[in-house]
Amino acid sequence: MGRYVLRRLLQMIPVFIGTTFLIFYMVYSLGDPIAALFQGKAPDPAVANQLRHSLWLDRPLWEQYLHYMAGVFQGNFGTSFNGTSVTSLMFSAFPTTLKLTVVAFLFEMIFGIVLGVFSGMHRGGFTDTFVLLFTLLIISIPIFVIGFVLQYLLGVKWHIINPSVSYGAPWNELIVPGLVLASTSLAYVARLTRTTVAENARADYVRTAVAKGLPGHRVVIHHLLRNSLIPVVTFLGTDLGALMGGALITEQIFNIQGVGYNLYQGIQQQNTDTVVGFVTILVIIYLIANLLVDLLYAVLDPRIRYV
Amino acid sequence: MSDQPPDRPDQHQPEHTQPGHPRSNELYSAFPSNDAGAGPGSMEAHGLVDEEDLRDDPMQSSQDPAVTDREKPRSLWQDAWRDLRGNWIFWVSSVVILILIIIAIFPGLFTSVNPLTCNLANSQQTATSGHPFGFDTQGCDVYSRVIHGARDSITVGVFATLGTVVLGAVLGGLAGFYGGWWDALLSRITDIFFGIPLLLGAIVFLSAVPSRSVWVLVGFLSLFGWPQVARIARGAVITSKQQDYVTAARALGAGSGRLMVRHILPNAVAPIIVVATIMLGTYISLEATLSYLGVGLKPPAVSWGIDISNASGSFRNAPHMLFYPAAALSITVLAFIMLGDAVREALDPKLR
Repeated sequence: MGRYVLRRLLQMIPVFIGTTFLIFYMVYSLGDPIAALFQGKAPDPAVANQLRHSLWLDRPLWEQYLHYMAGVFQGNFGTSFNGTSVTSLMFSAFPTTLKLTVVAFLFEMIFGIVLGVFSGMHRGGFTDTFVLLFTLLIISIPIFVIGFVLQYLLGVKWHIINPSVSYGAPWNELIVPGLVLASTSLAYVARLTRTTVAENARADYVRTAVAKGLPGHRVVIHHLLRNSLIPVVTFLGTDLGALMGGALITEQIFNIQGVGYNLYQGIQQQNTDTVVGFVTILVIIYLIANLLVDLLYAVLDPRIRYV
Repeated sequence: MSDQPPDRPDQHQPEHTQPGHPRSNELYSAFPSNDAGAGPGSMEAHGLVDEEDLRDDPMQSSQDPAVTDREKPRSLWQDAWRDLRGNWIFWVSSVVILILIIIAIFPGLFTSVNPLTCNLANSQQTATSGHPFGFDTQGCDVYSRVIHGARDSITVGVFATLGTVVLGAVLGGLAGFYGGWWDALLSRITDIFFGIPLLLGAIVFLSAVPSRSVWVLVGFLSLFGWPQVARIARGAVITSKQQDYVTAARALGAGSGRLMVRHILPNAVAPIIVVATIMLGTYISLEATLSYLGVGLKPPAVSWGIDISNASGSFRNAPHMLFYPAAALSITVLAFIMLGDAVREALDPKLR
């Protein structure tokens, strides 16, 4: 187990370096950050050179990258153009996005699995057909359309929610944005759960459990669900990273000042430090989520062992 | 002590994904479900027919298992075609896609109004005669823009899928076939691309490019999509490489080229086709998302994503501006995803 984790952590290193360098290179190639800083006005060449020098922009790319990475390992993600350190930007942005992701993740997990179990248990029935059609519809509608329609109907027309989330993103205002963010994944989870539950519902151990006279909820929760959850957990784990990245659109629609908002600002201003810093954290989250999923298998299914 | 990470217990992936990155991209399969929307019992019915065939076959004998099951064994493709023929979802989605392709190639057949001829006097007006979908903020005819928007969306979807598949299949297939350092390197490269969320990569990459034609989008999507196909192709090639018929062909003196093209390719191509059909729908949706975020196509290009993005501001006053392009987009994505699902069902040998 320990060795397995260690090996996986070692494998992460080249991926981490490659990913950050790729992002670094792409942001670098965006153009001249100094020109972007002055927003089209011609700066004094001496000032521009001074800035360029202080930001290491006058060195070759690999030197910049090494300098940047050296900073990252000391916990210094650099400074954004308006003078705030990227670290403090992160401290204001990540909790917000994390809250949104948690809401979305809960929706995805609870509704996805419950819908999936219901339709998987009653295959071909009314619930099943409804769930299948509903999820198909959700998958085919782009997430930003779902966001707009819900914002318009619930926020503007019926005044049930606030159309845009206020500063600090209180939990109750994140319910609808969370639902929008979760919608596509929710449909996938429901379909995945439905398939595995439907497969396992015919398994011998379920028949045995029923024949023993166990109450229905016990059969479903202790026998059926535990055996059906592994593919679902896989999906949920890898989806965590996608949710945080995909929060960008939801944050834009509902005006939430989280990771997506800051990233978008950073890209517009060609601010290398902000973009690379935020993406680096997202990549790390994604890699760790993947590792955790692998370790969770052993908890769900004791037959899986790591050596 | 085994050095092998445990197998993924994910039963819905017939392809061999790399351990550590299961389903790491939602593009992978639209429907993890085995029987999404299939008519009840259609699979079983085919199974029964096949069994009867076997029993009638005089060639079959229990003593000699090497004898072929039928005089003329059906190939995977014939089997798949039999499946598809009986599936109404396949026919419905095919007809919709056919209509969409005709619209994309000959938009003039469906509307004579130029989507770029706009009259501000008509701004945001609802439907009148000759303009069934009304007008947008600039006074352009929404119906005409919806019709003309099909071309860019479908071009991006089709060619990005094509690029992804060719790039991924060749690189991944070679890695699976030859193994060695190239395989190790390729696996690490795919890991790197998987680590970057597609949307973020798109925003960073596309803001770096000054011109945003359809082909830039196609290039980007192929560049960031191929690792997924490469991984699947690699797995499929490794599986079929170990089959007896490949060993037999090699023993008979077939060279690497012949082995790859004649023996491995036909047996490894099914999972790739499955991912490709589902990718199509996802890419079309992604094009709209990118255009909406302002890093996709730019006006004067006519695209559903641009129209939805423009409509989103004045959605409250003129919901028809958002509704029609969004509906067109959703129907297109739905059709491609349903087709992908039907093809997946027909080609997946696990379901037989």
